[in-house]
Amino acid sequence: MSILIDKETKVICQGFTGGQATQHCEQCIDYGTKLVGGVTPGKGGQIHLGLPVFNSVKDAVKDTGATASIIFVPARFCKQSILEAAESGIKLIVCITEGVPTIDMLEVKMRCDDLGVRLIGPNCPGIITPGECKMGIMPANIHLPGKVGVISRSGTLTYEAVKQTTDFGFGQSSCVGIGGDPVPGSSFIDILSMFQDDPATEAIVMVGEIGGTAEEAAAEFIQTNVTKPVVSYIAGVTAPSGKRMGHAGAIIAGGKGTAEEKFKALESAGVYTVKSPADIGKGVAEITGW
Amino acid sequence: MNLHEYQAKQLFRDYKIAVSNGVASDSPEGAKKAALELGGDRWVVKAQVHAGGRGKAGGVELVDDLLAVENFAKKWLGNNLVTFQTDEKGQPVNQILVESCSDIKDELYLGAVIDRGTQRLVIMASNEGGVNIEDVASETPEKIFKAAIDPILGAQESQADDLAKSLGLDEKQKLQFRDIFFGMTRLFIEKDLALLEINPLAVTSDGDLLCVDAKINIDANALYRQESLLEMRDLSQEDEREARAAEWDLSYVALDGNIGCMVNGAGLAMGTMDIIKLHGGEPANFLDVGGTADSKRVSEAFKIILSDSNVKAVLINIFGGIVRCDVIADGIVDALTNMGVDVPVVVRLEGNSAELGIKKLAECGLNIIPAVGLEQAADLAVKAARREMK
Repeated sequence: MSILIDKETKVICQGFTGGQATQHCEQCIDYGTKLVGGVTPGKGGQIHLGLPVFNSVKDAVKDTGATASIIFVPARFCKQSILEAAESGIKLIVCITEGVPTIDMLEVKMRCDDLGVRLIGPNCPGIITPGECKMGIMPANIHLPGKVGVISRSGTLTYEAVKQTTDFGFGQSSCVGIGGDPVPGSSFIDILSMFQDDPATEAIVMVGEIGGTAEEAAAEFIQTNVTKPVVSYIAGVTAPSGKRMGHAGAIIAGGKGTAEEKFKALESAGVYTVKSPADIGKGVAEITGW
Repeated sequence: MNLHEYQAKQLFRDYKIAVSNGVASDSPEGAKKAALELGGDRWVVKAQVHAGGRGKAGGVELVDDLLAVENFAKKWLGNNLVTFQTDEKGQPVNQILVESCSDIKDELYLGAVIDRGTQRLVIMASNEGGVNIEDVASETPEKIFKAAIDPILGAQESQADDLAKSLGLDEKQKLQFRDIFFGMTRLFIEKDLALLEINPLAVTSDGDLLCVDAKINIDANALYRQESLLEMRDLSQEDEREARAAEWDLSYVALDGNIGCMVNGAGLAMGTMDIIKLHGGEPANFLDVGGTADSKRVSEAFKIILSDSNVKAVLINIFGGIVRCDVIADGIVDALTNMGVDVPVVVRLEGNSAELGIKKLAECGLNIIPAVGLEQAADLAVKAARREMK
């Protein structure tokens, strides 16, 4: 079992013929991902990486039966590409691209929710179910099929958590990088709830960072809804508050958002927290007794 | 990207949001001329910097004669203003805004920001305008009234009227408030803002609403489609090294320690700072080389890190996903060869093409301290910095 993707998931790629997309799609195919085609407007009919290229997501879905799409298009086209996928029958969208304007995401998020489409990202490393399917840019070789569910706001910190749970021999059920943008497609809570329901996931690692209140909200959710052991690290204890403008950011956060606040909220929800990013694997070992 | 008050107010005028009459100037003579043009016998003179808290720091004054206008401009132009929202060096003052003076009866607060929790643009209003608004928000949150804007339906008249009612505005003010509410919402969305703040929103002795101060911050991701705003950028308000880093798509923040850091990914960069501190060291900077770092960018990152003379050791921590570690290794070798780096450099490479990268570093014959894992990398960097201090 796994969450979101498995070896049967049929995946297409939007922005398929671009440089980054090509490099990473090759690696996804090597990993065993069932990539069935791609979309690059104007290049329909061509063959790329041995797979058909389509002009639109609609054509790709019709021809391949794909249900998931990984997006590599430039930031300025992301809103359009995500909405196109959502409206063409794609049920899971992973947007890797960074730099998407926040205003664009407000509408995108709402439309995806209305259509019942799961969006991961943007500005994220993607999803992997080790040994089955990789829809992302994470280095494959650090993963190991196993029992820890990993969720993270930060790309490279996700890899850190993964490597440590691999080195301890626990492995991962699925790993989800939700991305660090102010308005992500999916929240910690969305993914926590999936891991709670996933029989293959026996423990959860949640990696957060300063800013926003997503970790505090996750803590509240964990307290009442998650029975599996959760280990958490929050990056940015030592980050300075720095220069800032005005008060609105502080007002909307209502005193939340610092690493201390987040650690406190998580600890009072029964989460096992570690203060060093090097102690994540050790934390899992301690809380589970594995 | 931040705007100055005078620039923000120009945008307010474009969106029919009521602001005081004012003229910005970069010379004492110009400031005096501005006051003459505005007329009257009382003006507010305001130092233009990208920070709040100017009033308490002496950067805003009420003056009654032209000589005082000129003197205020002489005092601040070319100097730095330090407020509780700046660092200890403060921000350089290059413009003085001279405004007509209004009699203020009451000070309200009005702000707009993307609320990550509700994933909406939220307009916030309060009767408790002024510098203590953050305390009001944390101690008495019920005194902050909010309206969440639906991304598809947009701002609604009923939302404006509800806020006006909560603020206790009269009929005339309610209509004025609608204009401000719609204007600021439209401005926020059309110009891709990240923050818009009117503090205070004044009620004048005539009972009119008037925006007395204005703060605007623009979503950096959207600058590509906001060319007119990009022209308003004032680089003098930004840290020189941070601005130089940004030109190379590097994200850099200077800190007080002596261990220079080069990391890929903001989260891991913060994590690296955290672990350096846990090992008893102090990071000299935050630096995210980004997802598409190449050899040239690594060289630039080195230059920026080493332009800080406090740096006694450099820790490079790369967990390659998009980034290929062998490309980073090439960049490190290039930089060390061409720049004559004379501080110890600890390198930890992991992930995408890490083995090849490690091999390249081992074979280059340069003095690079290899590290395996985060823990060892931090330990070696802290020890190296200590040795250099002795």
